[in-house]
Amino acid sequence: MSDTPILSKKDFASEQDARWCPGCGDDAILNAVEAVMPTLGIPKEKIVFVSGIGCSSRFPYYMASYGFHTIHGRAAAIATGLKISNPDLSVWMISGDGDALSIGGNHFIHAIRRNIDIKLLLFNNEIYGLTKSQYSPTSPSGQVTKSTPYGSLDRSFSAASLSIGAEATFFARAVDTEPKYLQSILQRAAAHQGTAIVEVLQNCVIFNDGAHKWTTDRASRSENQLRLEHGKPMIFGDTVKQGIRLNGITPEVVTLGENGITEGDILVHDEKASEPTLAYFLSRMRAPDFPTPLGVFRAVEAPTYDQQIHQQLEDIKVKKGDGQLRKLFFSGDTWEVKASAENQNEALSAGGNHD
Amino acid sequence: MTTKDRIELDRVTIRFAGDSGDGMQLTGSQFTNTSAIVGNDLTTLPDFPAEIRSPVGILPGVSTGVSSFQVQIGEIDVYTPGDEPDVLVAMNPAALKVNLEVMPKGATLILDLSSFTIRNLDKAGYKSNPLTDGSLDAYHLIQAEITKLTLNALEQLDLEAPDKTRCKNFFALGMMYWMYNRPLELSTGWIERKFAHTPLLAEANKLALSAGYHYAQTADLMPSTFEVRPAQLEPGFYRSVSGNQALALGLITAAKQADLPLFLGTYPITPASDILHELSKYKEYGVISFQAEDEIAAVCAALGASYGGSLAITSTSGPGMSLKSEALSLAIKTELPLILIDVQRAGPSTGIPTKTEQSDLLQALYGRHGESPICVLACSRPTDCFDVALEAAQIAVQFMTPVIVLSDGYIANGTGSWKIPDPDQLKPIIVRRPTDPEAFKPYARDEATLGRSWAIPGMAGFEHRIGGLESQNETGNISYDPLNHELMSQLRADKIQRIAEFVPEQAVLGPESGKLLVISWGGTYGSVYSAVTQAQGEGLSVAHAHLRHLNPLPRNLGELITRYQQVLVPELNFGQLAKVLNIHYGTQVKTLNKLQGQPFKIREIRDGIDAALASLPLEALDV
Repeated sequence: MSDTPILSKKDFASEQDARWCPGCGDDAILNAVEAVMPTLGIPKEKIVFVSGIGCSSRFPYYMASYGFHTIHGRAAAIATGLKISNPDLSVWMISGDGDALSIGGNHFIHAIRRNIDIKLLLFNNEIYGLTKSQYSPTSPSGQVTKSTPYGSLDRSFSAASLSIGAEATFFARAVDTEPKYLQSILQRAAAHQGTAIVEVLQNCVIFNDGAHKWTTDRASRSENQLRLEHGKPMIFGDTVKQGIRLNGITPEVVTLGENGITEGDILVHDEKASEPTLAYFLSRMRAPDFPTPLGVFRAVEAPTYDQQIHQQLEDIKVKKGDGQLRKLFFSGDTWEVKASAENQNEALSAGGNHD
Repeated sequence: MTTKDRIELDRVTIRFAGDSGDGMQLTGSQFTNTSAIVGNDLTTLPDFPAEIRSPVGILPGVSTGVSSFQVQIGEIDVYTPGDEPDVLVAMNPAALKVNLEVMPKGATLILDLSSFTIRNLDKAGYKSNPLTDGSLDAYHLIQAEITKLTLNALEQLDLEAPDKTRCKNFFALGMMYWMYNRPLELSTGWIERKFAHTPLLAEANKLALSAGYHYAQTADLMPSTFEVRPAQLEPGFYRSVSGNQALALGLITAAKQADLPLFLGTYPITPASDILHELSKYKEYGVISFQAEDEIAAVCAALGASYGGSLAITSTSGPGMSLKSEALSLAIKTELPLILIDVQRAGPSTGIPTKTEQSDLLQALYGRHGESPICVLACSRPTDCFDVALEAAQIAVQFMTPVIVLSDGYIANGTGSWKIPDPDQLKPIIVRRPTDPEAFKPYARDEATLGRSWAIPGMAGFEHRIGGLESQNETGNISYDPLNHELMSQLRADKIQRIAEFVPEQAVLGPESGKLLVISWGGTYGSVYSAVTQAQGEGLSVAHAHLRHLNPLPRNLGELITRYQQVLVPELNFGQLAKVLNIHYGTQVKTLNKLQGQPFKIREIRDGIDAALASLPLEALDV
């Protein structure tokens, strides 16, 4: 696209001011997305942001591309229809843990199952914010919220486990506090062909402040984060080098140099593994027993649903010829009523394909 | 060969009945297609249970396992499948028992004698054999060992007995072809295509068909054969279509006329699934059919496709429409074109899913949150579905609004002879796109229609945001301004009302004023039309107005109603249109309601007309 104008970050900021609470993690994500967009080489009119309902879902109003703020939970279905109908578009879906995993859970897993080529940014703050503090499907059991004054009894979903379980071809995780890293992950998602889920651990400063502190805290993050790199051993920690080893079929944290453990014993990350088993192991690794894995869990190539639909249309057009109305109307058995007084009818054809 | 009397009939009604696995729908539709092609006008009533293969011979009430297909063929306009069959083909005692109650005395019963075993009679609840106990004395009985004769005819074929037995429906069809002097070729051609990959089954069915034909010819079972002369149809090319097929054809045509890609987002539901099946065939026309994970995803995907510039459709039945209502309100709010087809069935809830009803009208008109007016159209007969699909698309695109199309199970599965239009004579559907990026405002409106212009992603310079939050007039920016909300609500309502200025005035069949106006809508068209013309033939002061446009109502309807002393509204519900008319026009219409999962008989409407006329004050009767 040589005629694509060079765009800058500010070309993607709409005239509407973001109205999230001061200190909200959403602002940082918006910033990162605005920074990434001009690097993709996609003209602005071909980019569409689709969202559901929730704090995160206000996002499209703040982007100067096309945008559709839809209804609670249904953004994935709307984005699917949009992408199928218009596969040239770069479709980005913005959703939260309640929107994507609770009311929209069905559409979430089915978008993944089809591998529709949309980029799905899941802002996970483990709380319902816009409705002012009720527990979400990712809130930990026991969470005290307005709707659970004695602690929630629900077990929580892992967005990663759910995505990998539905065989997501791309799943990555980032945090709102590290914008450069987030940008690099967004670029990876943009480059992926198929449903790309990016879970952003995002802080709700009002109703669930510090929910991801264990992972994001500057002082401890090198010990508590596992940065995934394809082909590299899963090693973390600055002062003490630790790693992930497989004990039977259970991952465990080991310290390098202790009990004769060397780098050779450590699991090597393979985001391209065709089976999702390794990515699923990663999805089960949670605080405080494990560091929080960040980065690309899985990125495998697979045909996208939108491509396949259009390929099928093309193949059948080649086989049957471009559809013409006259041919359509006269498919199946037809007959002619003649104007003569005899009113003799003639069966024209009995060779239609469409009975 | 026996020479028979050939009796000419102007119309005849035949019902084929058997168990749900007996192939009665197929037999009936084969008879129908052949009759259409020899030139008869016709109307059909397929009537089948929800069970796919229910146990042999079980009666309704226990499990409605009997499947039937009724067709009326004639040489004069045939608007209904017939009140009472002249002939019943019953493949077993249960089919006989269930259907006998609608058979008038003197009718012909063609029975498969092989199935009248003690076991089957017992299953059907017969205490004694109706063939011998005199209970069928008032009927003309034709008994044939249909199953046994089919097995005999196929004796030489290397097939299992159950496969051979399954051909008995074609044996029965062969008998009917001889009786009504129809050619076999169209059905043999169909068999060859259907069983192209299983030549042995093709051979078996063809043998059974011709064996039945020749058996009827030689066995001297029938006193006479019948001739139903071709109808005086308008010259032109014809094909038979079901309502669901006609909708599919109409939608593909509309997309071509609008030069838009066609997108169907849907989820399987009886009796709407055939729209999906039909549209899935036509990929060479660029039709995208998307079977979503649920009803909500189906409408949402369609709305996404509409936002992306497709002519977007979602098809469903009543329960599915309930699930779609939130997304419909979003379509109303964002002013995007969308067609929702509701093929109504007997409800509420799962109800009787394979039976017809008109009970979703109020849901279509009012079943959403907020002030959310929507355009509602209804199909009247299978062939009308084509025209309604075109009009729905025209309105959706011109006014930038979702449109609900109401069909029903009776129209969807029924068939009619469709006069094939000349594609070159069809009107184009104009899509209004903005052209000047500088002047572009997402919610700026066309003065005549109040429709906004349709800028779609990919159009450079027109990037904009829409959504469910209230929009500022013209700019579309989020606005919580109270006066703006009222203004936008009013504009959305006015826009729908504007549609009435663009559609024809309501036509009336019969006197321009008089004692009684019968107002109907949807699938009751045929019975109401037939009853009204019958009454008119007897000199009664009755007129008929059949509504396609249910919202907005035709602009002359209020005035029209005042020209008659009384209005009668027959509906397959508890008076939903009647309520709407009473609210709109401050009138008190008479209602005639039926909620049995079956269409009106002509007789029932006629009785309603007579009762309505009789209820008028005497002085009025003297007018």
